[in-house]
Amino acid sequence: MAKLQSLKEAVAENLRDGDTVAFEGFTHLIPHAAAHEVIRQGIKDLTLIRMTPDIIYDQMIGMGLVKKVIFSYAGNPGVGLLRRMRDAIENSWPRAIETIEHSHAAMANAYEAGASGLPCAVFRGYRGAGLKEVNPAIRSITCPFTGEELAAVPAHRPDVAVIHAQKANRRGDVLVEGIIGVQKEAVLASKRSVVTVEEIVDDFDDLHPNLCVLPHWTITSIAHVPGGAHPSYTHGYYDRDNAAYLEWDKISADRELFTAWMKENVLEAGPEVFAARVKGL
Amino acid sequence: MTNLSDFTPNEMMTIAAARVLSNDDVCFVGIGAPSAACNVARLTHAPDITLIYESGTIGTAPNVLPLSIGDGELCETAVTTVSVPEMFRYWLQGGRISIGFLGAAQLDRFGNINTTVIGDYHKPKVRLPGGGGAPEIATSCRQVFITMKQATRGMVEKIDFYTSFGHGEGGNHRERLGITTKGPTLLITDLAIWKPDPETKEFTVVSMHRGVTRDRVQETCGWKVRFSDSLEETPPPSELELTTLRELQARTERAHGGKKGK
Repeated sequence: MAKLQSLKEAVAENLRDGDTVAFEGFTHLIPHAAAHEVIRQGIKDLTLIRMTPDIIYDQMIGMGLVKKVIFSYAGNPGVGLLRRMRDAIENSWPRAIETIEHSHAAMANAYEAGASGLPCAVFRGYRGAGLKEVNPAIRSITCPFTGEELAAVPAHRPDVAVIHAQKANRRGDVLVEGIIGVQKEAVLASKRSVVTVEEIVDDFDDLHPNLCVLPHWTITSIAHVPGGAHPSYTHGYYDRDNAAYLEWDKISADRELFTAWMKENVLEAGPEVFAARVKGL
Repeated sequence: MTNLSDFTPNEMMTIAAARVLSNDDVCFVGIGAPSAACNVARLTHAPDITLIYESGTIGTAPNVLPLSIGDGELCETAVTTVSVPEMFRYWLQGGRISIGFLGAAQLDRFGNINTTVIGDYHKPKVRLPGGGGAPEIATSCRQVFITMKQATRGMVEKIDFYTSFGHGEGGNHRERLGITTKGPTLLITDLAIWKPDPETKEFTVVSMHRGVTRDRVQETCGWKVRFSDSLEETPPPSELELTTLRELQARTERAHGGKKGK
Protein backbone atom coordinates (compact mmCIF):
# COMPACT_ATOMS: atom_id res chain seq x y z
CA MET A 1 0.00 0.00 0.00
CA ALA A 2 1.36 3.39 -0.94
CA LYS A 3 2.30 5.69 1.92
CA LEU A 4 2.01 9.42 1.35
CA GLN A 5 5.02 10.89 3.12
CA SER A 6 7.75 13.51 2.86
CA LEU A 7 10.53 12.88 0.34
CA LYS A 8 13.01 12.69 3.19
CA GLU A 9 11.03 9.91 4.88
CA ALA A 10 10.31 8.11 1.61
CA VAL A 11 14.01 7.93 0.70
CA ALA A 12 15.13 7.06 4.24
CA GLU A 13 12.62 4.19 4.50
CA ASN A 14 13.24 2.66 1.09
CA LEU A 15 16.89 3.07 0.13
CA ARG A 16 19.82 1.45 1.91
CA ASP A 17 23.57 1.41 1.37
CA GLY A 18 24.47 -1.19 -1.24
CA ASP A 19 21.01 -1.28 -2.87
CA THR A 20 20.37 -1.69 -6.58
CA VAL A 21 18.25 1.26 -7.61
CA ALA A 22 16.62 2.22 -10.92
CA PHE A 23 15.86 5.92 -11.35
CA GLU A 24 13.88 6.04 -14.59
CA GLY A 25 12.39 8.64 -16.89
CA PHE A 26 13.27 8.75 -20.59
CA THR A 27 14.28 12.44 -20.99
CA HIS A 28 10.84 13.23 -19.56
CA LEU A 29 9.91 12.91 -15.83
CA ILE A 30 13.44 12.34 -14.54
CA PRO A 31 13.29 12.17 -10.72
CA HIS A 32 15.84 14.89 -9.94
CA ALA A 33 14.44 15.89 -6.55
CA ALA A 34 14.49 12.28 -5.33
CA ALA A 35 18.08 11.79 -6.54
CA HIS A 36 19.12 14.96 -4.68
CA GLU A 37 17.50 13.61 -1.51
CA VAL A 38 19.53 10.39 -1.88
CA ILE A 39 22.68 12.51 -2.23
CA ARG A 40 21.79 14.54 0.89
CA GLN A 41 21.25 11.35 2.88
CA GLY A 42 24.61 10.03 1.60
CA ILE A 43 23.24 6.59 0.69
CA LYS A 44 26.26 4.86 -0.80
CA ASP A 45 27.73 1.85 -2.62
CA LEU A 46 24.74 1.95 -4.92
CA THR A 47 24.33 -0.08 -8.08
CA LEU A 48 22.40 2.20 -10.39
CA ILE A 49 20.34 0.97 -13.31
CA ARG A 50 19.16 3.47 -15.90
CA MET A 51 18.79 3.43 -19.68
CA THR A 52 20.10 6.96 -20.07
CA PRO A 53 22.26 8.02 -17.13
CA ASP A 54 22.20 11.77 -17.44
CA ILE A 55 22.65 14.62 -15.02
CA ILE A 56 21.32 12.76 -11.94
CA TYR A 57 23.74 9.86 -12.33
CA ASP A 58 26.54 12.29 -13.18
CA GLN A 59 25.78 13.98 -9.84
CA MET A 60 25.52 10.76 -7.78
CA ILE A 61 28.71 9.38 -9.37
CA GLY A 62 30.55 12.67 -8.84
CA MET A 63 29.53 12.61 -5.17
CA GLY A 64 31.08 9.16 -4.78
CA LEU A 65 27.86 7.25 -3.95
CA VAL A 66 28.02 4.78 -6.80
CA LYS A 67 29.93 1.53 -7.22
CA LYS A 68 28.31 0.21 -10.39
CA VAL A 69 26.21 1.56 -13.26
CA ILE A 70 24.13 -0.58 -15.61
CA PHE A 71 23.18 1.55 -18.60
CA SER A 72 22.69 1.88 -22.36
CA TYR A 73 23.47 5.52 -23.19
CA ALA A 74 25.58 7.77 -21.00
CA GLY A 75 25.17 11.26 -22.40
CA ASN A 76 23.80 14.68 -21.54
CA PRO A 77 20.85 14.54 -23.96
CA GLY A 78 21.22 17.02 -26.80
CA VAL A 79 24.42 18.41 -25.29
CA GLY A 80 27.22 15.86 -25.19
CA LEU A 81 29.13 13.73 -22.74
CA LEU A 82 28.70 13.10 -19.03
CA ARG A 83 31.84 14.59 -17.58
CA ARG A 84 31.61 13.30 -13.99
CA MET A 85 30.87 9.77 -15.18
CA ARG A 86 33.77 9.99 -17.63
CA ASP A 87 36.07 11.24 -14.88
CA ALA A 88 35.11 8.21 -12.76
CA ILE A 89 35.63 5.76 -15.63
CA GLU A 90 38.80 7.32 -17.02
CA ASN A 91 40.45 8.58 -13.79
CA SER A 92 38.62 6.83 -10.91
CA TRP A 93 37.55 10.22 -9.46
CA PRO A 94 36.22 10.34 -6.79
CA ARG A 95 36.23 6.53 -6.90
CA ALA A 96 36.40 3.84 -9.54
CA ILE A 97 33.06 2.62 -10.83
CA GLU A 98 32.16 -0.61 -12.54
CA THR A 99 30.06 -0.29 -15.67
CA ILE A 100 27.82 -2.85 -17.31
CA GLU A 101 26.76 -1.64 -20.71
CA HIS A 102 23.79 -2.71 -22.82
CA SER A 103 21.79 -1.42 -25.77
CA HIS A 104 18.45 0.36 -25.24
CA ALA A 105 16.62 -2.69 -26.60
CA ALA A 106 18.33 -4.95 -24.05
CA MET A 107 17.61 -2.61 -21.13
CA ALA A 108 13.95 -2.15 -22.11
CA ASN A 109 13.56 -5.91 -22.51
CA ALA A 110 15.31 -6.55 -19.18
CA TYR A 111 12.87 -4.26 -17.35
CA GLU A 112 9.94 -5.91 -19.08
CA ALA A 113 11.26 -9.35 -18.09
CA GLY A 114 11.65 -8.15 -14.50
CA ALA A 115 8.08 -6.84 -14.45
CA SER A 116 6.94 -10.15 -15.99
CA GLY A 117 8.63 -12.19 -13.29
CA LEU A 118 10.93 -13.87 -15.79
CA PRO A 119 14.61 -14.64 -15.10
CA CYS A 120 15.79 -13.28 -18.44
CA ALA A 121 14.76 -11.34 -21.51
CA VAL A 122 14.89 -12.82 -25.01
CA PHE A 123 15.06 -10.62 -28.07
CA ARG A 124 16.59 -10.31 -31.54
CA GLY A 125 19.58 -8.13 -30.83
CA TYR A 126 23.32 -7.52 -30.49
CA ARG A 127 24.03 -9.13 -33.86
CA GLY A 128 27.57 -8.15 -34.79
CA ALA A 129 27.73 -5.76 -31.84
CA GLY A 130 30.94 -5.30 -29.82
CA LEU A 131 29.12 -5.16 -26.47
CA LYS A 132 28.73 -8.95 -26.64
CA GLU A 133 32.51 -9.25 -26.31
CA VAL A 134 32.83 -6.99 -23.26
CA ASN A 135 29.66 -7.71 -21.29
CA PRO A 136 29.48 -11.34 -20.08
CA ALA A 137 25.80 -10.83 -19.18
CA ILE A 138 24.95 -10.83 -22.88
CA ARG A 139 24.35 -14.44 -23.89
CA SER A 140 22.37 -16.23 -26.56
CA ILE A 141 19.52 -18.70 -26.60
CA THR A 142 18.21 -20.90 -29.38
CA CYS A 143 14.51 -20.77 -30.22
CA PRO A 144 13.21 -24.33 -29.59
CA PHE A 145 10.70 -23.97 -32.45
CA THR A 146 12.64 -22.33 -35.28
CA GLY A 147 16.28 -22.77 -34.26
CA GLU A 148 16.86 -19.01 -34.51
CA GLU A 149 19.62 -17.76 -32.25
CA LEU A 150 18.40 -14.88 -30.10
CA ALA A 151 20.02 -12.61 -27.51
CA ALA A 152 19.36 -13.16 -23.80
CA VAL A 153 20.11 -10.81 -20.90
CA PRO A 154 19.25 -11.15 -17.19
CA ALA A 155 16.01 -9.50 -16.06
CA HIS A 156 16.33 -6.27 -14.08
CA ARG A 157 15.12 -6.83 -10.50
CA PRO A 158 16.07 -3.65 -8.62
CA ASP A 159 15.61 -3.27 -4.89
CA VAL A 160 14.00 0.11 -5.52
CA ALA A 161 12.53 1.98 -8.48
CA VAL A 162 12.40 5.77 -8.25
CA ILE A 163 10.20 7.71 -10.68
CA HIS A 164 8.49 11.08 -11.02
CA ALA A 165 4.88 11.31 -12.24
CA GLN A 166 2.13 13.83 -12.93
CA LYS A 167 -0.21 12.99 -10.11
CA ALA A 168 -1.39 10.64 -7.43
CA ASN A 169 -4.81 10.41 -5.89
CA ARG A 170 -5.48 10.18 -2.16
CA ARG A 171 -5.47 6.38 -2.29
CA GLY A 172 -1.99 6.43 -3.82
CA ASP A 173 -2.76 5.42 -7.41
CA VAL A 174 -0.23 7.10 -9.72
CA LEU A 175 -0.78 8.55 -13.22
CA VAL A 176 2.12 8.73 -15.68
CA GLU A 177 1.45 10.30 -19.09
CA GLY A 178 3.27 11.70 -22.12
CA ILE A 179 6.55 9.95 -22.89
CA ILE A 180 6.12 7.09 -20.43
CA GLY A 181 9.50 5.44 -21.02
CA VAL A 182 10.06 2.35 -18.88
CA GLN A 183 8.59 3.70 -15.65
CA LYS A 184 5.76 1.18 -15.37
CA GLU A 185 8.13 -1.73 -16.02
CA ALA A 186 10.74 -0.35 -13.59
CA VAL A 187 8.19 -0.07 -10.77
CA LEU A 188 6.72 -3.52 -11.41
CA ALA A 189 10.20 -5.09 -11.64
CA SER A 190 11.31 -3.65 -8.28
CA LYS A 191 10.79 -4.81 -4.71
CA ARG A 192 9.99 -1.27 -3.52
CA SER A 193 9.17 2.00 -5.27
CA VAL A 194 9.36 5.70 -4.50
CA VAL A 195 7.28 8.09 -6.61
CA THR A 196 7.42 11.89 -6.53
CA VAL A 197 4.41 13.69 -8.03
CA GLU A 198 3.51 17.18 -9.18
CA GLU A 199 0.09 17.07 -7.64
CA ILE A 200 -2.13 15.04 -5.32
CA VAL A 201 -5.82 14.99 -6.28
CA ASP A 202 -8.89 13.50 -4.61
CA ASP A 203 -9.70 10.94 -7.27
CA PHE A 204 -9.00 9.85 -10.87
CA ASP A 205 -12.66 9.71 -11.97
CA ASP A 206 -12.08 11.89 -15.03
CA LEU A 207 -9.23 9.89 -16.58
CA HIS A 208 -9.44 8.05 -19.91
CA PRO A 209 -9.61 4.31 -19.32
CA ASN A 210 -6.33 3.29 -20.97
CA LEU A 211 -3.96 5.73 -19.35
CA CYS A 212 -0.85 4.46 -17.60
CA VAL A 213 -1.91 4.18 -13.97
CA LEU A 214 0.10 2.30 -11.37
CA PRO A 215 -2.38 1.09 -8.73
CA HIS A 216 -1.61 2.12 -5.13
CA TRP A 217 -0.75 -1.44 -4.11
CA THR A 218 2.22 -1.49 -6.55
CA ILE A 219 3.81 1.62 -4.97
CA THR A 220 5.63 1.84 -1.64
CA SER A 221 5.99 5.57 -1.05
CA ILE A 222 4.67 8.74 -2.65
CA ALA A 223 6.01 12.23 -1.99
CA HIS A 224 4.47 15.46 -3.23
CA VAL A 225 7.31 17.44 -4.88
CA PRO A 226 6.11 20.08 -7.37
CA GLY A 227 8.82 20.72 -9.98
CA GLY A 228 10.59 17.53 -8.88
CA ALA A 229 11.70 16.62 -12.41
CA HIS A 230 13.55 19.90 -13.10
CA PRO A 231 15.56 20.44 -15.33
CA SER A 232 13.76 17.55 -17.03
CA TYR A 233 10.08 18.28 -17.62
CA THR A 234 6.61 17.15 -16.68
CA HIS A 235 4.18 16.95 -19.59
CA GLY A 236 1.21 19.21 -18.84
CA TYR A 237 3.06 21.12 -16.09
CA TYR A 238 6.34 22.66 -17.29
CA ASP A 239 8.84 22.44 -20.16
CA ARG A 240 12.36 21.11 -20.22
CA ASP A 241 14.95 23.63 -18.99
CA ASN A 242 17.30 23.19 -21.93
CA ALA A 243 19.57 25.99 -20.75
CA ALA A 244 20.20 24.13 -17.48
CA TYR A 245 21.34 21.07 -19.43
CA LEU A 246 23.74 23.25 -21.42
CA GLU A 247 25.00 24.84 -18.22
CA TRP A 248 25.58 21.41 -16.63
CA ASP A 249 28.18 20.80 -19.32
CA LYS A 250 30.23 23.66 -17.86
CA ILE A 251 29.58 22.91 -14.18
CA SER A 252 30.47 19.25 -14.57
CA ALA A 253 33.65 19.99 -16.55
CA ASP A 254 35.52 21.06 -13.41
CA ARG A 255 35.78 19.09 -10.15
CA GLU A 256 35.83 22.16 -7.91
CA LEU A 257 33.02 23.92 -9.70
CA PHE A 258 31.00 20.70 -9.51
CA THR A 259 31.64 20.28 -5.78
CA ALA A 260 30.69 23.89 -5.04
CA TRP A 261 27.53 23.64 -7.15
CA MET A 262 26.44 20.44 -5.41
CA LYS A 263 26.99 22.00 -1.99
CA GLU A 264 24.95 25.08 -2.79
CA ASN A 265 22.17 23.53 -4.87
CA VAL A 266 21.80 20.05 -3.41
CA LEU A 267 23.43 19.52 -0.01
CA GLU A 268 22.25 22.83 1.40
CA ALA A 269 18.87 22.83 -0.36
CA GLY A 270 15.70 20.77 0.05
CA PRO A 271 12.94 19.41 -2.17
CA GLU A 272 10.92 22.60 -1.73
CA VAL A 273 13.31 24.56 -4.00
CA PHE A 274 12.12 22.68 -7.09
CA ALA A 275 8.77 24.48 -7.36
CA ALA A 276 10.55 27.81 -7.83
CA ARG A 277 12.95 26.34 -10.38
CA VAL A 278 10.13 25.51 -12.81
CA LYS A 279 8.33 28.86 -12.58
CA GLY A 280 8.23 30.40 -16.05
CA LEU A 281 9.11 27.17 -17.86
CA MET B 1 15.89 36.36 -50.10
CA THR B 2 17.78 33.15 -49.77
CA ASN B 3 21.23 33.35 -51.30
CA LEU B 4 21.41 30.09 -53.21
CA SER B 5 25.08 30.24 -54.13
CA ASP B 6 25.97 30.60 -50.50
CA PHE B 7 24.93 27.31 -48.91
CA THR B 8 27.24 25.62 -46.43
CA PRO B 9 28.54 22.02 -46.69
CA ASN B 10 26.41 21.16 -43.64
CA GLU B 11 23.28 22.52 -45.31
CA MET B 12 24.08 20.50 -48.42
CA MET B 13 24.52 17.37 -46.29
CA THR B 14 21.18 17.83 -44.56
CA ILE B 15 19.33 18.60 -47.78
CA ALA B 16 20.91 15.70 -49.69
CA ALA B 17 19.81 13.41 -46.85
CA ALA B 18 16.29 14.88 -46.85
CA ARG B 19 15.93 14.16 -50.59
CA VAL B 20 16.32 10.40 -50.23
CA LEU B 21 13.32 10.11 -47.90
CA SER B 22 9.81 9.57 -49.23
CA ASN B 23 6.19 9.74 -48.08
CA ASP B 24 6.05 5.96 -47.65
CA ASP B 25 9.02 5.78 -45.30
CA VAL B 26 8.80 4.96 -41.64
CA CYS B 27 11.96 6.47 -40.29
CA PHE B 28 13.69 5.91 -36.93
CA VAL B 29 15.34 9.27 -36.31
CA GLY B 30 18.51 10.08 -34.39
CA ILE B 31 19.26 13.53 -32.96
CA GLY B 32 21.35 16.07 -34.88
CA ALA B 33 21.78 15.97 -38.65
CA PRO B 34 19.39 12.99 -39.10
CA SER B 35 16.63 14.85 -37.27
CA ALA B 36 17.10 17.99 -39.37
CA ALA B 37 17.10 15.96 -42.61
CA CYS B 38 13.95 14.02 -41.71
CA ASN B 39 12.06 17.16 -40.80
CA VAL B 40 13.17 19.03 -43.93
CA ALA B 41 11.84 16.08 -45.95
CA ARG B 42 8.56 16.24 -44.05
CA LEU B 43 8.26 20.01 -44.63
CA THR B 44 9.05 19.79 -48.37
CA HIS B 45 8.44 16.75 -50.60
CA ALA B 46 7.40 14.09 -48.05
CA PRO B 47 4.63 15.54 -45.85
CA ASP B 48 3.28 12.06 -45.04
CA ILE B 49 6.57 10.51 -43.91
CA THR B 50 6.32 8.77 -40.53
CA LEU B 51 9.01 9.94 -38.11
CA ILE B 52 9.67 7.87 -35.03
CA TYR B 53 11.95 8.84 -32.14
CA GLU B 54 13.11 6.15 -29.74
CA SER B 55 11.37 7.83 -26.79
CA GLY B 56 8.20 6.18 -28.13
CA THR B 57 6.75 8.97 -30.26
CA ILE B 58 5.29 7.62 -33.51
CA GLY B 59 4.31 9.86 -36.42
CA THR B 60 5.63 13.02 -34.83
CA ALA B 61 5.68 16.43 -36.56
CA PRO B 62 7.63 18.93 -34.46
CA ASN B 63 7.60 22.59 -35.42
CA VAL B 64 11.17 22.95 -34.15
CA LEU B 65 14.01 20.44 -33.95
CA PRO B 66 14.08 18.63 -30.62
CA LEU B 67 17.14 19.09 -28.41
CA SER B 68 16.71 15.56 -27.06
CA ILE B 69 14.95 12.45 -28.36
CA GLY B 70 12.30 12.95 -25.67
CA ASP B 71 11.28 16.61 -26.03
CA GLY B 72 7.65 17.31 -25.15
CA GLU B 73 6.76 18.57 -28.61
CA LEU B 74 7.52 15.16 -30.12
CA CYS B 75 4.83 13.66 -27.92
CA GLU B 76 2.36 16.52 -28.38
CA THR B 77 2.48 16.24 -32.19
CA ALA B 78 2.71 12.43 -32.44
CA VAL B 79 -0.05 10.15 -33.70
CA THR B 80 0.62 8.01 -30.63
CA THR B 81 3.24 7.67 -27.90
CA VAL B 82 4.14 4.17 -26.72
CA SER B 83 6.37 2.88 -23.95
CA VAL B 84 10.04 2.29 -24.65
CA PRO B 85 9.79 -1.54 -24.37
CA GLU B 86 6.92 -1.46 -26.87
CA MET B 87 8.94 0.80 -29.17
CA PHE B 88 11.87 -1.61 -29.28
CA ARG B 89 9.82 -4.84 -29.32
CA TYR B 90 6.79 -4.24 -31.53
CA TRP B 91 7.90 -1.42 -33.77
CA LEU B 92 11.66 -1.87 -34.25
CA GLN B 93 12.16 -5.60 -33.69
CA GLY B 94 8.75 -6.26 -35.29
CA GLY B 95 10.12 -5.00 -38.61
CA ARG B 96 7.89 -1.92 -38.97
CA ILE B 97 10.71 0.56 -39.64
CA SER B 98 11.92 1.10 -43.21
CA ILE B 99 14.86 3.41 -42.52
CA GLY B 100 17.13 3.85 -39.54
CA PHE B 101 19.03 7.11 -39.65
CA LEU B 102 22.31 7.08 -37.72
CA GLY B 103 25.22 9.40 -37.06
CA ALA B 104 28.69 8.20 -36.07
CA ALA B 105 31.74 9.25 -34.07
CA GLN B 106 33.86 6.72 -35.98
CA LEU B 107 32.89 5.02 -39.24
CA ASP B 108 34.74 2.55 -41.43
CA ARG B 109 34.44 1.84 -45.16
CA PHE B 110 31.89 -0.92 -44.55
CA GLY B 111 29.49 1.25 -42.57
CA ASN B 112 30.39 -0.14 -39.15
CA ILE B 113 29.86 2.53 -36.50
CA ASN B 114 31.55 3.34 -33.20
CA THR B 115 29.93 5.71 -30.69
CA THR B 116 31.19 3.86 -27.59
CA VAL B 117 34.89 4.47 -26.86
CA ILE B 118 38.06 5.83 -28.42
CA GLY B 119 40.86 3.47 -27.45
CA ASP B 120 40.53 0.22 -25.53
CA TYR B 121 37.06 -0.49 -24.11
CA HIS B 122 38.36 -1.27 -20.63
CA LYS B 123 40.88 1.59 -20.54
CA PRO B 124 39.32 4.17 -22.86
CA LYS B 125 41.12 7.27 -24.02
CA VAL B 126 37.70 8.86 -24.45
CA ARG B 127 34.48 7.39 -23.11
CA LEU B 128 31.70 8.34 -25.57
CA PRO B 129 27.98 8.10 -24.69
CA GLY B 130 27.54 4.60 -26.13
CA GLY B 131 25.10 2.93 -28.47
CA GLY B 132 21.64 3.68 -27.09
CA GLY B 133 19.25 2.26 -29.65
CA ALA B 134 21.83 1.94 -32.44
CA PRO B 135 22.91 -1.75 -32.16
CA GLU B 136 19.37 -2.93 -32.93
CA ILE B 137 18.45 -0.03 -35.24
CA ALA B 138 21.39 -1.15 -37.39
CA THR B 139 20.06 -4.69 -37.73
CA SER B 140 16.25 -4.36 -37.44
CA CYS B 141 15.46 -1.46 -39.78
CA ARG B 142 15.08 -2.58 -43.39
CA GLN B 143 17.94 -0.28 -44.36
CA VAL B 144 20.24 2.21 -42.66
CA PHE B 145 21.30 5.66 -43.81
CA ILE B 146 24.34 7.26 -42.19
CA THR B 147 25.12 10.92 -42.12
CA MET B 148 28.30 12.57 -40.78
CA LYS B 149 30.79 15.33 -41.49
CA GLN B 150 33.96 14.09 -43.13
CA ALA B 151 37.16 14.15 -41.06
CA THR B 152 40.08 11.74 -40.82
CA ARG B 153 39.46 11.22 -37.11
CA GLY B 154 35.89 10.13 -37.84
CA MET B 155 36.22 8.18 -41.09
CA VAL B 156 38.86 5.67 -40.14
CA GLU B 157 40.55 2.56 -41.48
CA LYS B 158 39.59 0.60 -38.38
CA ILE B 159 37.03 1.59 -35.77
CA ASP B 160 37.94 1.10 -32.08
CA PHE B 161 34.64 -0.57 -31.16
CA TYR B 162 31.73 -2.14 -33.07
CA THR B 163 28.84 -0.23 -31.51
CA SER B 164 26.61 -1.11 -34.42
CA PHE B 165 27.23 -3.51 -37.24
CA GLY B 166 27.25 -2.32 -40.83
CA HIS B 167 28.63 -4.75 -43.38
CA GLY B 168 31.32 -6.10 -41.01
CA GLU B 169 34.29 -7.18 -43.11
CA GLY B 170 32.24 -6.68 -46.28
CA GLY B 171 30.65 -9.06 -48.75
CA ASN B 172 27.94 -11.23 -47.22
CA HIS B 173 29.07 -10.79 -43.61
CA ARG B 174 25.57 -9.73 -42.50
CA GLU B 175 24.00 -12.87 -43.95
CA ARG B 176 26.62 -15.01 -42.23
CA LEU B 177 25.52 -13.56 -38.89
CA GLY B 178 21.86 -14.27 -39.64
CA ILE B 179 21.00 -10.61 -40.23
CA THR B 180 18.27 -10.37 -42.87
CA THR B 181 18.05 -6.58 -43.30
CA LYS B 182 20.08 -4.59 -45.86
CA GLY B 183 22.18 -2.53 -43.45
CA PRO B 184 23.87 0.70 -44.54
CA THR B 185 22.79 1.52 -48.09
CA LEU B 186 23.70 5.20 -48.12
CA LEU B 187 26.29 7.51 -46.54
CA ILE B 188 25.71 11.22 -46.88
CA THR B 189 28.50 13.57 -45.83
CA ASP B 190 29.10 17.28 -46.11
CA LEU B 191 31.14 16.57 -49.25
CA ALA B 192 29.60 13.61 -51.04
CA ILE B 193 27.04 10.83 -51.35
CA TRP B 194 28.37 7.28 -50.98
CA LYS B 195 26.79 3.90 -51.72
CA PRO B 196 28.12 0.43 -50.93
CA ASP B 197 29.58 -1.57 -53.81
CA PRO B 198 27.03 -4.30 -54.61
CA GLU B 199 29.63 -7.08 -54.10
CA THR B 200 32.28 -5.89 -51.64
CA LYS B 201 29.89 -3.54 -49.73
CA GLU B 202 32.65 -0.95 -49.50
CA PHE B 203 31.31 2.61 -49.57
CA THR B 204 31.97 4.24 -52.95
CA VAL B 205 31.50 7.92 -53.80
CA VAL B 206 28.68 8.20 -56.32
CA SER B 207 28.10 11.95 -56.18
CA MET B 208 30.13 14.93 -55.00
CA HIS B 209 28.54 18.16 -53.86
CA ARG B 210 29.13 21.29 -55.97
CA GLY B 211 32.64 22.68 -55.66
CA VAL B 212 34.07 19.56 -53.96
CA THR B 213 37.16 17.90 -55.42
CA ARG B 214 38.28 14.27 -55.26
CA ASP B 215 41.33 15.43 -53.31
CA ARG B 216 39.15 17.10 -50.70
CA VAL B 217 37.10 13.92 -50.26
CA GLN B 218 40.29 11.88 -49.86
CA GLU B 219 42.01 14.34 -47.49
CA THR B 220 39.11 14.13 -45.05
CA CYS B 221 38.77 10.36 -45.13
CA GLY B 222 41.03 7.88 -43.34
CA TRP B 223 40.74 5.08 -45.90
CA LYS B 224 41.62 5.01 -49.61
CA VAL B 225 38.51 6.35 -51.28
CA ARG B 226 36.92 4.61 -54.24
CA PHE B 227 35.00 6.76 -56.70
CA SER B 228 32.25 5.48 -58.96
CA ASP B 229 32.97 5.31 -62.71
CA SER B 230 29.80 7.33 -63.25
CA LEU B 231 30.49 10.03 -60.67
CA GLU B 232 27.80 12.71 -60.54
CA GLU B 233 27.45 16.19 -59.06
CA THR B 234 24.83 16.51 -56.31
CA PRO B 235 22.27 19.10 -57.42
CA PRO B 236 22.66 22.16 -55.18
CA PRO B 237 19.86 23.04 -52.74
CA SER B 238 16.74 24.53 -54.26
CA GLU B 239 15.34 27.73 -52.85
CA LEU B 240 12.52 25.80 -51.17
CA GLU B 241 14.92 23.31 -49.56
CA LEU B 242 17.31 25.93 -48.27
CA THR B 243 14.59 28.27 -47.03
CA THR B 244 12.82 25.40 -45.28
CA LEU B 245 16.02 24.27 -43.53
CA ARG B 246 17.03 27.78 -42.49
CA GLU B 247 13.58 28.65 -41.17
CA LEU B 248 13.46 25.38 -39.24
CA GLN B 249 16.83 26.15 -37.68
CA ALA B 250 15.86 29.73 -36.87
CA ARG B 251 12.63 28.53 -35.17
CA THR B 252 14.67 25.94 -33.27
CA GLU B 253 17.16 28.56 -32.12
CA ARG B 254 14.39 30.86 -30.88
CA ALA B 255 12.59 28.04 -29.10
CA HIS B 256 15.61 26.58 -27.30
CA GLY B 257 17.51 29.82 -26.77
CA GLY B 258 14.70 31.61 -24.94
CA LYS B 259 14.39 29.21 -22.01
CA LYS B 260 15.67 30.27 -18.63
CA GLY B 261 18.61 28.51 -17.05
CA LYS B 262 19.81 27.94 -13.51
